[in-house]
Amino acid sequence: MVSIALKRITKDFAKKRVLDDVSLQVENGEFVAILGPSGCGKTTMLRLIAGFEQMNSGTIHFNDEIIASPEKNLPPEKRNVGIVFQNYALWPHMNVEQNVGYALKIAGVSSDERRRRSLDALATVAMENFAGRAPADLSGGQRQRVALARCLAANPSVMLLDEPLANLDVHLRASMEREFSDFHRRTRATMIYITHDQSEAMALADRIAVMDGGRVMQFARPHELYREPRNEMVARFIGNGLVLPVADLQRGRADGTVNVDIFGHRSEVRARKDQARLAGASIGVHPDDLKLADSPAEGFAAEVERITYRGSHVQVHFRPRHAPDLSLSLHASHDRRVSAGDTISVCVGDGWVIPEAA
Amino acid sequence: MTDIAAVMPRERRPAPAFRLGPETLTLGILAIFVATISLAPLGRLALTAIAPDGTLDLAGTWSVLARPRVFTAAMNSLYVALASTLLAVVLGSVAALLTVHGNIRFKAAWVFGFVLPLMIPPQVTALAWVQAFSPTSPVLGLFGLAMTPGARHPLFSAGGIIFLLGIYNAPLVFLTVRAALRRLPANLAEAARASGAGNLQLIFTVLLPLARAGIFAGAAIAFVSAIGNFGIQAMLGIPARFPTLITLIYQQLNSYGPSGLSDMAALSMLLSLITVIALGLSNWLGGRGDVRVEEGGRPAEIGLGRWKMPVEAGAWLYLAATLLLPLSALFATSLVKGFGQQLGWDTLTLTNYVNALFHHASIRDAFATSLLLTVTAVLLLSVISLVLAYFISWKKGALVRLIQMAAELSYVLPGIVLGVAMILFFLRPLPLVGFSIYGTVWIILAAYLSNFLALSLRPLLGGFSQIDRSLEDAARVAGAGFFQRMRDIILPMLAPAVIAGGIIVFMSALNEIQVSILLVSSSARTIGPMIVFLEEGGSSTLAAAVGCLMILIVLALMGIASLFAGRLPKGALPWRD
Ligand SMILES: Nc1ncnc2c1ncn2[C@@H]1O[C@H](COP(=O)(O)OP(=O)(O)O)[C@@H](O)[C@H]1O
Ligand SMILES: [Mg+2]
Repeated sequence: MVSIALKRITKDFAKKRVLDDVSLQVENGEFVAILGPSGCGKTTMLRLIAGFEQMNSGTIHFNDEIIASPEKNLPPEKRNVGIVFQNYALWPHMNVEQNVGYALKIAGVSSDERRRRSLDALATVAMENFAGRAPADLSGGQRQRVALARCLAANPSVMLLDEPLANLDVHLRASMEREFSDFHRRTRATMIYITHDQSEAMALADRIAVMDGGRVMQFARPHELYREPRNEMVARFIGNGLVLPVADLQRGRADGTVNVDIFGHRSEVRARKDQARLAGASIGVHPDDLKLADSPAEGFAAEVERITYRGSHVQVHFRPRHAPDLSLSLHASHDRRVSAGDTISVCVGDGWVIPEAA
Repeated sequence: MTDIAAVMPRERRPAPAFRLGPETLTLGILAIFVATISLAPLGRLALTAIAPDGTLDLAGTWSVLARPRVFTAAMNSLYVALASTLLAVVLGSVAALLTVHGNIRFKAAWVFGFVLPLMIPPQVTALAWVQAFSPTSPVLGLFGLAMTPGARHPLFSAGGIIFLLGIYNAPLVFLTVRAALRRLPANLAEAARASGAGNLQLIFTVLLPLARAGIFAGAAIAFVSAIGNFGIQAMLGIPARFPTLITLIYQQLNSYGPSGLSDMAALSMLLSLITVIALGLSNWLGGRGDVRVEEGGRPAEIGLGRWKMPVEAGAWLYLAATLLLPLSALFATSLVKGFGQQLGWDTLTLTNYVNALFHHASIRDAFATSLLLTVTAVLLLSVISLVLAYFISWKKGALVRLIQMAAELSYVLPGIVLGVAMILFFLRPLPLVGFSIYGTVWIILAAYLSNFLALSLRPLLGGFSQIDRSLEDAARVAGAGFFQRMRDIILPMLAPAVIAGGIIVFMSALNEIQVSILLVSSSARTIGPMIVFLEEGGSSTLAAAVGCLMILIVLALMGIASLFAGRLPKGALPWRD
């Protein structure tokens, strides 16, 4: 197992900057998810770590040893990394066992030993009964398991997974998610897991690096990303967050809170301990944090635009009276009778002052 | 489930080794190889054409090209190439429409028959047609249509050359147009039908315009093939005293030997120039306008209605005329003792076959030499093109592009041009071995490797585009080095494409004439030119027997290849529907 450090990496494809000054430190045995919208450079980052691409500047370290820089590059076959590819990349002309044992064959492991270890690896993903099958005769989920076993059998120092569940249907995804999680707990392998699905990342990872436009926006634990986004991109991206303008930041009642004016109504929201007093800022809130207030004194005034029936609840679309250009929505239970044109009062249950927005 | 990570020792540790890899080395060797067999000879040819004595002498080049004889030959070349291309485009397009969209019966058999002429060596085709119109022709004789003895042979003319080149190249157009038509989804045709288009309107307003790229590509190939087709131009043009550039180059070498080389180089350059311009023009014409379509689906079927019977009869009659007529004549000639004899029970003899196979040492040796050269070329090219296709597909770069361009150039230029280039480059003794390979089999092998590299490359490029690159990446992270990946991953996955390329090269090289015609010598003779030498020497019946043997070999090869058709990539065997 290794720790991996990416230091100030930039990567251009034909003048187009795909990675822009990316730094990341992944600890030994850590499960890190790289999360971001399609095209933000996730795969490129993974291919740099594996050695398939060369960067324009920066360095990659495995256990403090430089393995890649613009001048020199340890080839992929020497890096001892394992990859689970999005399309599985199982060799069609080899059966399951041969696929899994290939790295051992290259390493010169005797065929008895190879067989034993391939079957062991297949057993970890409950595929030992399929050793003689051709990849073409397996279902998508089974192929994914074999790809995982192949990666595992090579005993890599780091496992790289590029959207491994993207080609599976929803049910399989849930069960494979559990497998990955169990698998990491058992092996304590350093894992870098790429996904554009935040619930997957939240469920699996020790830490998540949120990427956008080739930059790392925030690298933190899942609950921290959710509760304390560092900038507006993260605030909006994680959990369908909303960003609301606030005014007149004052000291709050407790440490780590501030008192702000939200659309004409003063509320307490969370903030950094060292949050400066400002005339204006942005806060991140989640849809569930907006609630219909019981009395006008408890929230800001807004006008209901329309109501959408959602089965378990209704979605109330409204415009704050102080900012009629802004269209927001909240979830309300069926027993709150509101209709279009009504004036309502909305309270903000929880919010976070975005540090980098000011 | 067991926890295996704990029990596994570590074999591979990241070692800080940074060095020039085997990939770079392999690419370097490839580059040197292609430079030697293709870039350098062609460069030498160009240099000799414009600067025969080492200094630029365009006036000298011009004085060669401005001779009336050369001008006439160039015009003749252009004329027969263009006219025969037109014929090939019409025949090939009709055949493609008929087999893709028409519901004619016994389609697979008909396609086989239509493509077959392409597989038969052109010099044999020419010989067969010459026999077909001779006074003793069995088929025409049956209808009382045979020529009267002493009359001028109708095929010894520009028209005859155009006719044979057109028939010979029609399958080339057929293959590209068929591929283009098959790409068109049925709903495009259905939309035209829904708009009220009848059969002909559908063909002329939707199908053919959308297949335009295929038509022009086919026309380009047909043109290039026609202008460089030595077999037909020599067998018909020389007796007809109808000089073309290619026969002029051939006669130049025959009359002056290597001392006429600088003139030959100038003529070759002219021929190359025409070829390259034609290719560029067709590329431009075929590429204009947006003909991109969503691929997939089955091609639309056009019902022939009450025309079904006449169309089918016409299609089969065409095959009878283009296959049965010449081949039966060739076969009949091969079975009589002297040319001009009528085939009958009293004249029937196998003497020619016995002579060809056992008594004529030169024919026997030529068969053996061709077989050896072809097998060697196939084996070498399989390895070379596998690796080259890997670089072209996955490791793009300026050097790789240059190598590919050189390979393509040696393929599209007329074989005789390559022959002249080879003589020029290899005439002088080789630096290391100290002797010249001119006049030996080695120069023919070099020419084969040069000429057929692009041909064996083609199915491999198709093969690489079918497989995902992550399959190789997966092997890299498993620790496999370049050669290990080639052996364990790439070769097994591309084996069918390698075999397909091998088959095509084998069939092209075994009977070819245009590459080796200038390179053969008394000590190194291939079977392809043998027909021309025998016919020139007046041994028509022996030539016919050799021709029949060559056709037999071709048919046998096609049969063997067809046995494996199921395992080969789709479209690898052109004669299969
Ligand atoms: N080999 C390449 N050549 C040129 N551009 C590339 C190449 N690979 C990726 N890109 C570009 O880099 C950007 C990031 O790609 P990628 O890392 O695959 O994104 P992600 O995996 O996050 O979807 C995209 O805009 C993509 O078009
Ligand atoms: Mg990606």
